[in-house]
Amino acid sequence: MELKTVEEIKAAIEEAVPGASVKLMPNASPSGQHSLLLGPEHAVQVAEFLRDDEELALDFLSNVTGVDWLDKEIAEKVKVTRQVSKPVEGGEPGQVQIVEETVEETRKLMQPGYLEMVYHLFSMAKKHGPVVLRMRTENRTDKVELPSFTPVWRSAEFQEREVFDLFGVVFKGHPDLRRILMWDEFKDHPMRRDYVEPDDFEYEPTAHDEVLKRTQEHRSREQGTGTRN
Amino acid sequence: MAVDENLKIELGKQGVFVTTIQELYNWGRRSSVWPMQFGLACCAIEMIATTMARYDLARFGAEVFRPSPRQADMMIISGTVTKKMAPQVVRLYNQMAEPRYVIAMGACAISGGPFKQGYNVLKGIDRYIPVDVHIPGCPPRPEALLQAFITLQKKIDAQPLTGEGRPRHLDPDAPGEFPVPKQGEHDLEPAANKGVWTVPTIIQ
Repeated sequence: MELKTVEEIKAAIEEAVPGASVKLMPNASPSGQHSLLLGPEHAVQVAEFLRDDEELALDFLSNVTGVDWLDKEIAEKVKVTRQVSKPVEGGEPGQVQIVEETVEETRKLMQPGYLEMVYHLFSMAKKHGPVVLRMRTENRTDKVELPSFTPVWRSAEFQEREVFDLFGVVFKGHPDLRRILMWDEFKDHPMRRDYVEPDDFEYEPTAHDEVLKRTQEHRSREQGTGTRN
Repeated sequence: MAVDENLKIELGKQGVFVTTIQELYNWGRRSSVWPMQFGLACCAIEMIATTMARYDLARFGAEVFRPSPRQADMMIISGTVTKKMAPQVVRLYNQMAEPRYVIAMGACAISGGPFKQGYNVLKGIDRYIPVDVHIPGCPPRPEALLQAFITLQKKIDAQPLTGEGRPRHLDPDAPGEFPVPKQGEHDLEPAANKGVWTVPTIIQ
């Protein structure tokens, strides 16, 4: 049987889980793989519904991915009407009148960054999929909590640990949230866009581009201090 | 110290065999180098192939892969050394008894290889432990590992028992233990053991 369209799934979720926030995220590319943006409050109920619903039966969570979106500056053109005083034509010097004038102004808005999760669901029983879910954290720094899907799909356990390790998303309800690839003492999140790599560029025999720059920085610093770091 | 080669051959023709303790000792050492049974990544598959019948590392006396560092003479670093794994590799090396030798096998083990610019791969195990033979390749063919092993045997053969260049177990001042790097908050600390590795000079 054919899988429901994303719109139908959205409607089914909204009917089954009252109050759940589901937003359709269209995908303009030829693949047309539209996704559903879930609000974190009801996400676990939505996940349980998707798994247990007889028609959908999405029993397999295949893939858990993280995406890091940095703070973005958006330039927006707005028409502004304001009052300007102008000298009256042919009048006495110093005489002014108030004229309304419409100008285009560019306003800059800061769209705060966030961490986004992408889930790919399949159904083994019905042999259909994928259904793509997304969730977003409030920001990239302190409000990085999202509900864990591990109680719903066990296959999320290691993948959520990996996202926690590399992106720093904290999953509430995860049974064993530890780093999985990096060591426990490690403090950074290497897959974040603003991650600063460790400085071990002292020996680069075939350095070029970015690496060449770093090697040169490293070398000039060594010459400056007389010590080798 | 060494017997003149021509004299040795002449004497051999007369049925008199001459040797030195050093030659005998090194012949014994190089003919039974037992590797440690431990593989890190895909190079280990080539290492396994080298021990199998087609390439047969046993011809050189190195077929007994030991599962314990206490019984091993040689460590083949076969694969990518991640920064998470590096302390364990150094610790295993520390647990081996002297005389011990290291072959760094493949691009990753000698330099970080394709993962060199990553955040989590050590840029060559020679930053922490002394390496005797480096093999380039990704992965090196079994023949390359055999070549490396023969090179190591030649190196063992050439080691004098006294004076400069003697094996470490005969030198009371030689370092026996190499500091295990700590896994710090951002990187391994220190980033290299300066007693073992210094930054090579790049001639431009």
